[in-house]
Amino acid sequence: MSESPLKTEPADNGEGAETSPARKGKPFGWSTFVIAVLVVVSAALVWRRDGIDGVWTILFHDISLFGEIMPRVLAGCLLGGLIAAVLPHDKVSKSLGPESGLKGLLIGTAFGAILPGGPFTAYPVASALLAVGADFGATIAMVVSWTLIGYGRAVAWEMPIMGADFTLWRIVISLPMPILAGALGRFVYVRVRHRFKL
Amino acid sequence: MTALIIDVLLWGSLIGVSIIAWRQDKAVLTVALRKGGMDFINIVPRIALGVIGSGFIAAIIPSEMIVGGLGPDTGWLGVATAVVAGAATPGGPVIGFSIGAVALKGGGGMPQVVAYVVAWALFAFQRLILWEIPFMPARFVWFRAMVSLPFPFLAAAIVMVIGKP
Repeated sequence: MSESPLKTEPADNGEGAETSPARKGKPFGWSTFVIAVLVVVSAALVWRRDGIDGVWTILFHDISLFGEIMPRVLAGCLLGGLIAAVLPHDKVSKSLGPESGLKGLLIGTAFGAILPGGPFTAYPVASALLAVGADFGATIAMVVSWTLIGYGRAVAWEMPIMGADFTLWRIVISLPMPILAGALGRFVYVRVRHRFKL
Repeated sequence: MTALIIDVLLWGSLIGVSIIAWRQDKAVLTVALRKGGMDFINIVPRIALGVIGSGFIAAIIPSEMIVGGLGPDTGWLGVATAVVAGAATPGGPVIGFSIGAVALKGGGGMPQVVAYVVAWALFAFQRLILWEIPFMPARFVWFRAMVSLPFPFLAAAIVMVIGKP
């Protein structure tokens, strides 16, 4: 067969030319291991402090939370897959790519602010944008915008716990940050990408 | 109620984008859904470990210590403490915001509390590992976290200049 082994991986990976082949985290890497160790140690400490009942209470609560989140994780993954497939590569690289300037950062910011859902949507969609030609700067603007000025977490968690005054005021303070973070990201990226093979 | 609205928006967007994909090409829809489904299957073990395990981590963190470090007279050292604490806070939004709320009610300084909440939102370590790295290229995640580092300090500086709400 005339397959070139060098060419198969990037194509299979679907990552954009600008961002060279990128690997997503494997299902079980070192980071999962770190979390697993933390969880086991913490569970042991809870067991010593509160006994087996304390362990069960937390476990049942977290399992029900997991059951609640699962369908949303599925929706987020499907949304990410669909957005990567639907968005035209050339248009995305033009409006969110490295040459997109302030407009690209603004689009990324707006997109992050209106995106529904939690981390289960934001990260698959951000990953899809990277794959179809958005640069690090615009994607950083999107992720930072989602986390700092997106309404999802603010309405569901921050307002009930911290109060509406604090939340709105914190969002106003945060308004310029996605654009600044995206601009800083671009500025640094072009200077360090060769050194760190980004 | 808000959870319901978010679910409606989420599944609504999914249906909307599915229709767009289906109208472009039915094969595109199938391939995209299959890819999304595979991502889901790959990610579930990590999410399960994190979500089911984070309750234990949250149960043993010394939240009084974090709250104590955010006093109004702590200045920039307090802001730096807040940034480290925000990055280190495990668990979901309930833990992060509750610590912030306790600090606020317990007389914490406003710049320090804002720095804590912004740092937690931007680069809580557990969220980076648990949610961001499974979905995104790791080099992007670390790069984004590095670039985000100045912003809790900027938020604190803005609060110091303009004052409380």
